[in-house]
Amino acid sequence: MQEIAWNISLWLMLVLAAAFIYVVMKSGEKAEAAEVQNSAGKIRSALFWILLVAGVPIAMVTLTDLPYAAQSDASAQIVKAEGSQFNWDISPTTIVAGQPVEFHVTAIDATHGFAVYDDTMTLLTQTQAMPEYTNILKYTFAKAGTYKVLCLEYCGSGHHVMSEEITVVAGGN
Amino acid sequence: MENVISKGAKQSVLGYLATAGVVLLLLMVFGFVMRAAQAGGLDIPAEIFYQLMTAHGIGMVGIAGMCGAAIMWYFLGQYVKLSTPVFLLNMVLFLIGVVMILGAVFIGGFAGAWTFLYPLPANSAGAWEDMAAVIHLSGVLIIGVGFLLFHLDTGWAILKKYGSLGKALGWPQLFGNSTADAPPPTVVASTMVLIVNVLGLVSGASILVISIVNILVPEFSIDPLLGKNMIFFFGHVFINATLYMSVIAVYEILPRYTGRPWKSTKPFLLAWTCSTVFVVIVYPHHLLMDINMPTWMAVMGQIISYLSGLPILVVTAFGALAYVHRSGMTWGMPASLLFLAVFGWAAGVIPAIVDGTIVVNLVLHNTQWVPGHFHTYLLLGVIPMALGFMYHITDNDGNGLDRAAFWAFVVGGFGFIFTFLWAGKESVPRRFAEHQSEWMGVDALGAVFAALTILGVAIFAIRFLTRLGQTAKG
Repeated sequence: MQEIAWNISLWLMLVLAAAFIYVVMKSGEKAEAAEVQNSAGKIRSALFWILLVAGVPIAMVTLTDLPYAAQSDASAQIVKAEGSQFNWDISPTTIVAGQPVEFHVTAIDATHGFAVYDDTMTLLTQTQAMPEYTNILKYTFAKAGTYKVLCLEYCGSGHHVMSEEITVVAGGN
Repeated sequence: MENVISKGAKQSVLGYLATAGVVLLLLMVFGFVMRAAQAGGLDIPAEIFYQLMTAHGIGMVGIAGMCGAAIMWYFLGQYVKLSTPVFLLNMVLFLIGVVMILGAVFIGGFAGAWTFLYPLPANSAGAWEDMAAVIHLSGVLIIGVGFLLFHLDTGWAILKKYGSLGKALGWPQLFGNSTADAPPPTVVASTMVLIVNVLGLVSGASILVISIVNILVPEFSIDPLLGKNMIFFFGHVFINATLYMSVIAVYEILPRYTGRPWKSTKPFLLAWTCSTVFVVIVYPHHLLMDINMPTWMAVMGQIISYLSGLPILVVTAFGALAYVHRSGMTWGMPASLLFLAVFGWAAGVIPAIVDGTIVVNLVLHNTQWVPGHFHTYLLLGVIPMALGFMYHITDNDGNGLDRAAFWAFVVGGFGFIFTFLWAGKESVPRRFAEHQSEWMGVDALGAVFAALTILGVAIFAIRFLTRLGQTAKG
């Protein structure tokens, strides 16, 4: 997902940059304002409809499978996670790959960010950890290994050391 | 219209800009120190890092506000009658607030970030005393009160001349049959900012007072999710308003180079009316990882994020392209910086919209992708708008040194933001005082680009300050 986000952003920014550079290169030429505005109006209309027509299906596709748990799933592995300055209290810390996990995430003192990283330090999923609330984060680990939980919401002077490990074992173990 | 502004009013604007220029440089150095520390090139304690981060964040928001206010007030004052004492009062309150914030941070040790996320200010884990948090939040509150007074004055002046906010937004021309000229772009933009910022500032002031009371009387508390909503509503609106204020410089100054006046056309009026609504209701896109938020608000956050890009890309950015294209213009420093700023704003919208997609936000939220996109439209949007205005007001079209500084700023700025975006793609968390070794390479590159950017801004600032006296007399 991160690669897709990067590529889309980079290419669209480059296209935009190309448009600005083109206009700068043409800015020394002189044409009647009405003439330029007339053709610009047509391009603007086309641009508007292109963005709208592209945006609607993108929104529909990306909104179909939201990472929000409406309610707890009784068959899922339940992992309780409580954030505090500056550590995670996670139980159990061993879970099974290939089966849905529900992280029940809360905090006791300030808002923290519960973020799961794999062994390549790629962010897999996250939710906020807040006092007075329990956020249910669903995730299914595809493979066994050691995963890290970091805090992704600034919570004070030990924010960056707030780290814990969870172990994911292969199904059937 | 230049001759309409009085000497005193112009000197007041110069006061804003001089303050902003000096503080901006200082805060940029803080930013450089943070990137250098993350790269392992500087060894500073974590608590100092977070103090610098707090000062950098709240300071930059304040400076962006000051620059936007100066630009808006300077040009709006050419259409409606504004109060110079209120404008100056805002600056005085700003300076009082800055002193309190700096004292709270660097003497009191407050490091609750510019977002002062409730209830963190009251729960420092021993890093700062309660009084430091109270002084910091009170300083922010005082600055907010100054801006509220500033907007009440602009609102009063706009209503006196145009009769209603709808008329000042050009609704009779947009929705009715009025054939009268619509209000100029500056008035339309100022009215939009007035509406959104008053709402934002009231929300911000409320949560600041709540947070202060919570520190002093811990038995008094509120729902942390409500507090978070109030903070992000305020923060989102205020920082966006800085862009909407500063873009007035583009509307007013760029036409002096292109010879094509920026007009309040129907698409323009529609875009600003839409933006008024969008800026107010889009803030839940900051809370997409708060699973307990109502799902409809998250979905609205994504959809409005997408829609918010349309007025900026299709009207403002495209408008700038259309006005400049084949205009026969020559590129002085004001025009160059303002055109760059429009690009920076529009470019920054792209990674912001990408991150506003819920399933993407799941893996980018609070990574360095976030400072990547907001630095794009602040460092390369608001700041060059302010710099372009500085060159304009000091009547300086630039020389070789200025152009060299411009390119240092462009290369440094874009290099800097792309190191953030790249690091975000690599899942590097934001707001970490210490980085793992595999993240340090891109951090170091970020620090180098930051230094280049600072060099450019230092030259801009010096060039502005050296012409200040002469401009103030004129």
